[in-house]
Amino acid sequence: MATAKNIIDKIWDSHVVRQNPGHPPIIAVDLMMMHEVTSPQAFQMLEEKQLPVFDKSRIIATIDHVTPTRSNRHEIFDTVAKKQLETLRANCAKHQLKLFDYDSGGQGVVHVIGPELGATQPGMLIVCGDSHTATHGAFGALAFGIGTSEVGHVLASGCMLQDKPKTMKVIFNGTFKPGVYAKDAILKLISLIGTGGANGHAIEYCGETIAEMSMEARMTVCNMSIECGARAGLISPDQKTIDYLKGRPCVASDDQFKKATEYWLSLASDKNANFDREITIDVSELDPMVTWGTNPAQAISLSETLPDPESMTIDDKNAAIKAYSYTQLKPNDKLKSTPIQWAFLGSCTNGRIEDLRLGAQLIRGHKVHADVTFYVVPGSERVMLQAQQEGLDKIFIEAGADFRMPGCSMCLGMNDDKVPSGMRCVSSSNRNFVGRQGTGSITHLASPATVVASALKGCICSEQDL
Amino acid sequence: MEKITIIKGLAAPLAIKNIDTDLIIPAQHMTNVSREGYGKYLFERLRADANFILLQPKYKSASILIADENFGCGSSREHAVWALEDGGFRCVIAKSFADIFFNNSAKNGLLLIKLPEEQINAFQKQATNEDLLLEIDLKKQTISYGQSASIPFDYDEFRKYCLLNGLDDIDYLTSYKADIERYRQEKEPYNFLKLF
Repeated sequence: MATAKNIIDKIWDSHVVRQNPGHPPIIAVDLMMMHEVTSPQAFQMLEEKQLPVFDKSRIIATIDHVTPTRSNRHEIFDTVAKKQLETLRANCAKHQLKLFDYDSGGQGVVHVIGPELGATQPGMLIVCGDSHTATHGAFGALAFGIGTSEVGHVLASGCMLQDKPKTMKVIFNGTFKPGVYAKDAILKLISLIGTGGANGHAIEYCGETIAEMSMEARMTVCNMSIECGARAGLISPDQKTIDYLKGRPCVASDDQFKKATEYWLSLASDKNANFDREITIDVSELDPMVTWGTNPAQAISLSETLPDPESMTIDDKNAAIKAYSYTQLKPNDKLKSTPIQWAFLGSCTNGRIEDLRLGAQLIRGHKVHADVTFYVVPGSERVMLQAQQEGLDKIFIEAGADFRMPGCSMCLGMNDDKVPSGMRCVSSSNRNFVGRQGTGSITHLASPATVVASALKGCICSEQDL
Repeated sequence: MEKITIIKGLAAPLAIKNIDTDLIIPAQHMTNVSREGYGKYLFERLRADANFILLQPKYKSASILIADENFGCGSSREHAVWALEDGGFRCVIAKSFADIFFNNSAKNGLLLIKLPEEQINAFQKQATNEDLLLEIDLKKQTISYGQSASIPFDYDEFRKYCLLNGLDDIDYLTSYKADIERYRQEKEPYNFLKLF
């Protein structure tokens, strides 16, 4: 009998095109997603080498990072950013690549549009010049972020050179308390193992908590794999995966779909498959998590007090003192009730329809606190349209939130949406690095529910406090 | 890509763990379409602090960075590598590196060397207290310093071959076009993607 294999090894092994002795393997890419920021220099590589795109049927592109989210988003005042968008448009036109531009119905954050189009499928090896590419792992795809040079390699050859990652199994067990969500679970993992805790590994998330999660929640978990250093994070496909994909625009239909289903379900990790590492987390006693420092591992649950650097190892102590100085917080204080001025619901981590539905449900009939500016940014045009059809936009607007056009927005401070210097923001995004949301901005990562609750109360708090 | 054989230069210490690529270059400076000109934004957020060690005049000509643990974590931006190179750095020595940054560096001729914690700590101390001049020989995989001290370092054979000869992956990959096409044909029954 063949030895038991985990899903990471199954996908990896089936994508090795050639392995020369002493060289890294040539691995095949099934789908590459592109956006304006990390692609221009890759197309330039093709020009320099005078090479065509190897396989345009496996590439999709969109615009998301530098795009404004105001209603007249076609007008871009930053001339350098404007040129970047136009460069992607010109490159896609030249090489006849599928571009989801403004008003195509498919534009949006690259990791939101892949799944909703059904372009993200189980068993695929997916890459994008963006570290949050692991989002697509929710469908049982091996998906990881790559640099611009590698984007060029995939354009030219449909392949890349990449060493095989080690494997890690993360088991989430237990049922969440009310007000606790997928975002809290992944922040808990990152806080336990640190920002480099899974370097060199691909993670499979499993356990009863994952099995119970919606596809949207699974995407939130996989999305933040990179925040603990993992190259990829994925979840074995199950019936939920199949149901989500059925009928999506880029999925084969009818008789083909039956064959696809059989293949996809066969990819799940075999029983007793080995992993290089394993970690189990019980989420049944978990409270809402919020970051207090300047990396995603510096996170606590709202029932805890802020950690004391004196009780840390020397390296962590120095980092914590620096972080406290930036976030203007004090050890041993409560994070809860800290006043905020900004709130952000959106991004590739939490900008999907389920996140907006939950937010609208919590905010309905209430008013955003007078001191808070609250941006609600749908992850894509589809999410926006769906939200409008369900009347969610009106609920947010009536509560005093700013319901905006789709894009990366406040997640990374490279478009017009920035948190002003010295201002504190509770954010459903994925990184709280120094200046991430704008120079001098202070970011607290949290779940959409915690973001909405904090926006309503004007201070850091969770749904449990409403 | 430029060939690397020997890198000689002054080392600058950066004893901070988890330096993320947002710290190496903030996202707001990534709107350009070229690979050049990012050096002026290198470590911009850290430079905002007047006490930032690399602001000391003696490190102005440094070309080797003695970093710490998990250097280059976070975003996949290759701009981080371009900013380091444009800022004059040719080699980063650290306890560990984040995966994507590690791959990106090799593809741009920025030499990354992993050394044990004790050695990094010693180098950081020396680079802080005196002028630490290093001579890195990639071919021999040695770092020489002081009167006659020399230590070995590990380096991947394939990457070494590419750096010594200035080869990039794109030529390697496209030389196997026939294998890649054969692979695609074999796997076509498992292709359920319909983009057009």
